[in-house]
Amino acid sequence: MKDAELDVTYKGVLRITMKKIIDYKQLLKNNGILIVFFLICLALSFLSPYFFTVNNILNIIRQTSIYGIIAVGMTFVILTGGIDLSVGSILALSGAVAAGLMKNNAVAPLIAALAAILVGAIIGLINGLLVTIGKIAPFVVTLGMVTIARGVTLIYTKGYPISGFSPEFRELGGGYVLGIPVPVIVFVIMVALAWFVLNHTRLGRYTYAIGGNEETVKLSGINLNFYKSMVYVIVGVMSSVSALILTSRLNSAEAVAGQGYELDVIAAVVIGGTSLSGGRGSIIGTLIGALLIGVINNGMNLLGISPYFQQVVKGGLIIGAVILDRLRAESN
Amino acid sequence: MEPLLKMSGITKTFPGVRALSNVSFDLNKGELHALVGENGAGKSTLMKILSGLYKADEGDLFLKGEKIVSTGLREMINLGIGVIYQELNLIPYLSVSENIFLGREPKTSFGTIDWSRMHEMTREALAPFKLDIEPQQKVYSLGAAHQQIIEIAKALSLNAEILVMDEPTAALTGNEVERLFEIIKQLKKAGVSIIYISHRLEEVHTLADRITILRDGERVITKDRGTMSNDEMIKYMVGRVLEEQYPQYDSEPGAIVLEVRGLTKKGICSDVSFAARAGEIFGFVGLVGAGRTEIMQTIYGYRKMDSGEVLLHGNPVKIRNCQDAVMKGIGLIPEERKQQGLILGMSVFDNAALSVLDLYSTAGVLHRRRITDEVNTMIDSMNIKTPSVKQLVINLSGGNQQKVVLAKWFIRHCDVYIFDEPTRGIDVGAKVEIYRLMQNLAKRGAAVIMISSELPEVMNISDRAAVVFEGRIVKEFRKGELNEEQVMEYSLGLHERRRA
Repeated sequence: MKDAELDVTYKGVLRITMKKIIDYKQLLKNNGILIVFFLICLALSFLSPYFFTVNNILNIIRQTSIYGIIAVGMTFVILTGGIDLSVGSILALSGAVAAGLMKNNAVAPLIAALAAILVGAIIGLINGLLVTIGKIAPFVVTLGMVTIARGVTLIYTKGYPISGFSPEFRELGGGYVLGIPVPVIVFVIMVALAWFVLNHTRLGRYTYAIGGNEETVKLSGINLNFYKSMVYVIVGVMSSVSALILTSRLNSAEAVAGQGYELDVIAAVVIGGTSLSGGRGSIIGTLIGALLIGVINNGMNLLGISPYFQQVVKGGLIIGAVILDRLRAESN
Repeated sequence: MEPLLKMSGITKTFPGVRALSNVSFDLNKGELHALVGENGAGKSTLMKILSGLYKADEGDLFLKGEKIVSTGLREMINLGIGVIYQELNLIPYLSVSENIFLGREPKTSFGTIDWSRMHEMTREALAPFKLDIEPQQKVYSLGAAHQQIIEIAKALSLNAEILVMDEPTAALTGNEVERLFEIIKQLKKAGVSIIYISHRLEEVHTLADRITILRDGERVITKDRGTMSNDEMIKYMVGRVLEEQYPQYDSEPGAIVLEVRGLTKKGICSDVSFAARAGEIFGFVGLVGAGRTEIMQTIYGYRKMDSGEVLLHGNPVKIRNCQDAVMKGIGLIPEERKQQGLILGMSVFDNAALSVLDLYSTAGVLHRRRITDEVNTMIDSMNIKTPSVKQLVINLSGGNQQKVVLAKWFIRHCDVYIFDEPTRGIDVGAKVEIYRLMQNLAKRGAAVIMISSELPEVMNISDRAAVVFEGRIVKEFRKGELNEEQVMEYSLGLHERRRA
């Protein structure tokens, strides 16, 4: 009798434990990245007394916003099933153009900023047209654009940094409004704008639809080439916005600015759950993905982990996020 | 005498469709047994069971009197059954010898590929065909006929005793066909048994020792060569009882909405002219590959026309792309529901709304509420069975998926609706509902064009219909003017031979 009772209890415990594991799995699957994000934040708050301070948090978000803004644009591109590798080069060129115009107060900062954004839009449009009308794979087009835009930047700057801007322009990267860093405000506005566009405009819905099935979109009488080109324009513009913030913060535009940014940007989007084959993902996911990378960078610096090792962790994070995504897709 | 191969009581069901029911088929040594039937009669399914691609729900396979226990793809190849599919399965950028010996390349003692031996073996394999092909040649550089022969050589090099050929002449020209027939005769002499699937009755008469006719997944008859006329064969192919599966309505054809004059596109269609009226259903019938889909895609701007004219309400229009077509009031419901009609990973709502977002938005910003109202009303009225409009379409049944595609186009009021095989792979109940929906469109004053490979569907649903053969309209007829046998003759191109 006693044995049997024990047995029952044991089975009961086992069943309850199993149930908990399943619930936990379900939870992890649906909100995986968010949970990982909170767990890491929690761990870091214990490991480093400085981590959970207002100053540090604002610092993380400010650093995140530079590539986070580009990731907002990249989300559109990846949602269509495309990719843009040239964002770092676009950033360098539009930053240099703005800086060149503003040097010695030749042009008002606002005009220079608009010119930079125009540069980003034009390069994005060229990318988009080559992908749609030229029918060349996005990977190839933007790989070529990486060196073209970088080369043009070097020609324009002759390899020298351009610096010396008006105090008002310096506010963009370094200023505060109501105690919040201006880059953070810009980032939040861009995320909100992108959320609205993705959910409440034709452009947004077609972005998802193109990634889901291009053929259907075309046969439904939608101007596929236009909308597909537009996503590259968006990421181009976002790269320029980011360029303005970076240039302002560093008080200098350099031809090597933004090198390798595409990796962090794509990582943020992918970690945020947007599928590289397109059609599935969200801007909120990208926001969390970008913040996660920021938190991990920051945390590892606080803990004094070597930058070499940081690279390994970041790479592992990207692969882990994709595995998580695959698990979620398979369970559906 | 024991037949070489025997398939007995084969039954196969797919979700919603009974593809084969209790079909028996046998093949003797050195014989060519032709398998004939309409599109969807079950020929390909039967052969896919023989190749090991599908597993039969019921029934057995016997080879030389012995029951085949395990019917996997590899097992069937090892048993000497080689299948040459209609769409060739060669890898274009590999060489002829790599294609023939794919997966069983001869190795050197170092484990690398023994190229000289492989090329030698390739020459041996190709020798009987007396071709001017080098083993090193890349497959893409060869014509369709040579590719076909390489497939045959590949099958024979696997010691195939039984060859299945699915429409082998579909992509061949006259001379190439002659050449293939020569080879087939040689193969038979060498003791190879062949199952030959074809729509072309003339070929079947020339080649076959026996002929089996399938219809709606059942075997109708098996007869020896020369004991059946074309007329008889056609009767067996189409002869079915007319059931009450076609809702009737009184059409009131009005003015011409869409007129096409002399539409020509090289390699696809030539001099296609027809006119579709408001309030009628205009059918397009013909064999698979006759060019019906391509003709409609050309009108719709999906393909560019070489010459010809399209008129809407009597005015010539230029349709450069699909967007133009939709803006001018033409909607096309494509044949490939999953590849072209739907976005499987999106919701019922998103799919249904896709074609009208431009109508219900201001400066790109959507009027969510109005779209939601429209879509919900449409989904209710079409009786789409889905737990909610947020359900992903991938989770719906075929019939309900098709209704989502229709909903997408019904929400946008078009003047011309082109349906390409609207009831393919859908159960009978859903078919009736789709016919009613099409009739409602006609009543609403639209011109409805329906491409269909199901003869009875065209005969009963359309008010007028055109028969397409090799990219041309060879006959136009009113409902009741022709019977199924006559339509089949036109689809097969027999009327021309008869005249000549």
